Amino acid sequence: MSDRYLLKGATLPDGRPADILIEGDRILSTATTTTGASASAKAGTGTTVIDADGLVALPGLVDLHTHLREPGFEQSETVLTGTRAAAAGGFTAVFAMANTLPVSDTAGVVEQVQALGRAAGYATVRPIGAVTVGLQGERLSEIGAMAQSLAGVRVFSDDGKCVHDSLLMRRALEYVKTFDGVIAQHAQDPRLTENAQMNEGALSSELGLKGWPAVAEESIIARDVLLAEHVGARLHICHLSTAGSVDVVRWAKARGIQVTAEATPHHLLLTEELIRSYDARYKVNPPLRRDEDVQALREGVADGTIDIIATDHAPHPRESKECEWDAAAFGMVGLESALPVVQTALVDTGLLDWADVARVLSNTPAAIGRLHDHSHSFEDGSPANLTLVDPAASSVFALDRLHGKSRNTPFEGVTLSGSVRWTFHKGFPTLRDGVLAEPGEVPSRV
Amino acid sequence: MKHLLSTRDLARDDAIRILDIAEDMSEVSTREVKKLPALRGKTVVNLFFEDSTRTRISFEAAAKRLSADVINFSAKGSSVSKGESLKDTAQTLAAMGADGVVIRHPASGAPQVLAQSDWIDAGVVNAGDGTHEHPTQALLDAFTMRRRIHGTASRGKALDGVSVVIVGDILHSRVARSNLWLLRTLGAEVTFVAPATLVPVGADTWPATVSFDLDATLAAVRPDVLMMLRIQSERMNAAYFPNAREYSRQWGLDDERLALLGPDSIVMHPGPMNRGLEISAGAADSAQSTVLEQVANGVSIRMAVLYLLLSGEREAHA
Ligand SMILES: [Zn+2]
Repeated sequence: MSDRYLLKGATLPDGRPADILIEGDRILSTATTTTGASASAKAGTGTTVIDADGLVALPGLVDLHTHLREPGFEQSETVLTGTRAAAAGGFTAVFAMANTLPVSDTAGVVEQVQALGRAAGYATVRPIGAVTVGLQGERLSEIGAMAQSLAGVRVFSDDGKCVHDSLLMRRALEYVKTFDGVIAQHAQDPRLTENAQMNEGALSSELGLKGWPAVAEESIIARDVLLAEHVGARLHICHLSTAGSVDVVRWAKARGIQVTAEATPHHLLLTEELIRSYDARYKVNPPLRRDEDVQALREGVADGTIDIIATDHAPHPRESKECEWDAAAFGMVGLESALPVVQTALVDTGLLDWADVARVLSNTPAAIGRLHDHSHSFEDGSPANLTLVDPAASSVFALDRLHGKSRNTPFEGVTLSGSVRWTFHKGFPTLRDGVLAEPGEVPSRV
Repeated sequence: MKHLLSTRDLARDDAIRILDIAEDMSEVSTREVKKLPALRGKTVVNLFFEDSTRTRISFEAAAKRLSADVINFSAKGSSVSKGESLKDTAQTLAAMGADGVVIRHPASGAPQVLAQSDWIDAGVVNAGDGTHEHPTQALLDAFTMRRRIHGTASRGKALDGVSVVIVGDILHSRVARSNLWLLRTLGAEVTFVAPATLVPVGADTWPATVSFDLDATLAAVRPDVLMMLRIQSERMNAAYFPNAREYSRQWGLDDERLALLGPDSIVMHPGPMNRGLEISAGAADSAQSTVLEQVANGVSIRMAVLYLLLSGEREAHA
C-alpha cells in the first residue's frame, strides 16, 4: 500500500472545503479547493485518492480517559483490542487509566503499557500514572520516576477512586508541578457514597437503590479547586455529572484557577430514568443523573466551562452486567459511540460546531495531557492523525459497531447521528471506509 | 397476570380481584380439609437469597394448600459468585421445570431482572427485594384493613377515604413503599412519620404526607390504621438516630399513644416486632392489634397470587 493519500473534497472543521494530501506521517498540504492551488496537483502517481466529499475532517480524536484494562484484566480488554476500538471510533490517541493490575504506579508498568500500545500501532497510548501507591489513597506513588520514564507520564489519576485525603491531595497537586503534570481527580466523597448504586433522588428512593448524591461529587470539586488555587497547581476534573459541578467549575474558572473539566458522552445523552429497567448496562460511576443535569452539562460544554469530552471507556465481561443491579460492575464502553453521541447531543442541537468538536475531542485533551506533535488544525506539516466523519449518516447503534472485547454499551438500539469512515494514525489508515485494518498490516511504532 | 413484581404497577381492579380471591382462599383455610387441587402438578420454587422463615413458610403453606409441589431453595451464602448465581440458579430451576418462582433477594430489582431475562420462563413473585418492594405484604395488609373495616361485606370493596399512618424506617422499608402505592391505588390516604434521617430523599414528590412528629400526626389525622415498622439496630450505628431510648420516646407506640387512638383504629406491624422499641407489649397484644391476623391473611393472599399466576388462567407466553 502506498503511503500517499489524497482526501479529496473534505470539509475542514471550520467549514472550508479542502483537499488533504498525506505523505508518510505528515499532512503535506491542505489546500482549500476554492484557492485553486489544489493539493491534487501535487499528488502525482502512486497516490491513493479518497473521495471525501461530504465528509468532515477532524484532527485525530484524543481520549483523556480510557480504561484499557491491561495488564491484569485481559478478559475485559487489552491494549490491542482497546486501541482497535479507539481507531474504529476515530481516536488516534488514548490516555490509559492507571487502575490496572498491577496498578500503573511505577515506571515499569507505565513503560509496559506504552510499549504494548506502540506494538499494536492502532493509536498512540499515553499511560496515566496512579497518584497513590496501589490507588490506596495513602502514600504518593513514584510520580517523578513515571514522569521521567520512557513513557513520560504527565497525567496522574487514581480514577475509580477519589484522592479523598485533603492533605494528600494538596501534596499531589504541589508535587506534580515539578514535572508539569496534572492531577485528574475522580471526584467522589467515599463516605457519602458507601455502597451507592445510582443518582440519589426521588427515583433512587422509589427503586430502592442506594443513592449517590450530587453533593458527594460537588463537595470534592469545590475543595480541590480551592486547593489548586492555594498551591497554584493544575487540576483536571474527570467526568462531571451534575449541574452543581458545572457551577463550581464555572466559578473556579472565573476566579482564575487552573482547572479543566471533562464530561462523558453518556452523561451528555442519558438520564437516570433508564434505570427503571434495573438493566445493569446503565450502571456507571458517576451515575446517570437527571435531565436537568444533562442540560447543564451540555451548556457547560457549549460555554467552555467543560473543556473536553472523554469517554471513560470501561469494558466489562458479560457476567459482570448479566446479574442483579447491586452485583453488577460500574462502567460502559464508549470509544465507538463517542463521536456519534457528541454529534447527536451537541452538534445537531446547535450547541457546538465542528471546530468546537475538534477542540473538545482533540486539541484541548492533547494540550491537557501534554501530548505534543499529535493534534493540529490542518496546518501544512501537521502530524497525519485525522479522522473523516460522515455527519449525514444516521443509524441505530448496534453491537456490531463495537471492536473491543466487551459489549457493555448503553447505546444499543439508540439512533445516533454520524459515522466515522476513516481514521489515520501517523499516516496509516487504521479505519478504511468503516473497515478496521487487520493487526498484521498495522505498523508497530517501536 | 404473568408476574407480581410490585404494587406500583398494579391496577385497582386487579388489586381488588386479588383481595377477593384471597377471601375465597381464606374460606378454604377454615375448612377441615384445607386443600384445593388448583395447582396440582405445578412446581413452585421458593428461591430465598435472604433469610426469612416467616415469609418462606407462608408461601410454602399457600402453595401446598393449592396442591402444588414446593421446592425450597436457600441460595444465601452460596459459594457461587454473587453475579453468576442469579442467572445460574434461574437456569437450573428452569431445567427442573419450575412453573413459579417466589424470590426473596437483598438486591432491589432482582425479581424484575429475573422476570425480564430469558433464563427462565416461569411466573415470578417478588417476596421482598432489597429496599424496593414487598407486594404480597402490602396486599395482606390491605386485606387485613378491609376485613376490619368492612367485615363480611368486604368483597369488591377498596379502601377509599381510609387514613393510614406508617411510622418508622421509611428509608429502608420495602413494606412502606409497597403499602404506599397499593393504598393510594385503593383510595386510602397515607402519612409517613419518621425522623428526617429515615425519610427517603425525594419523598416530598410521593403521594404521601410526610411528618417528623408522631404525636402531632396522631392528634391531627386520628388514623384508622397505625402501622409500626421494624427498626433495625444497625441503623443506630449508622447515625440515623442516637439510640433506642430516644427513638422509642419520639416514634415508638407506647401505651399512652395507644390510648389516644380511637376504639376502632387498628394497629399493624409486619413483624417481627421489637417489643419495647417501636411498639410496646401492651400495644402489640391489644385488641386493636392485627399482628396475628396479618400472619393468617398472608397465607390467603399468597394463595390468591399463586393461583392467579399459575392456574389455568395464566396467559400463554411464547
Ligand atoms: Zn472515574
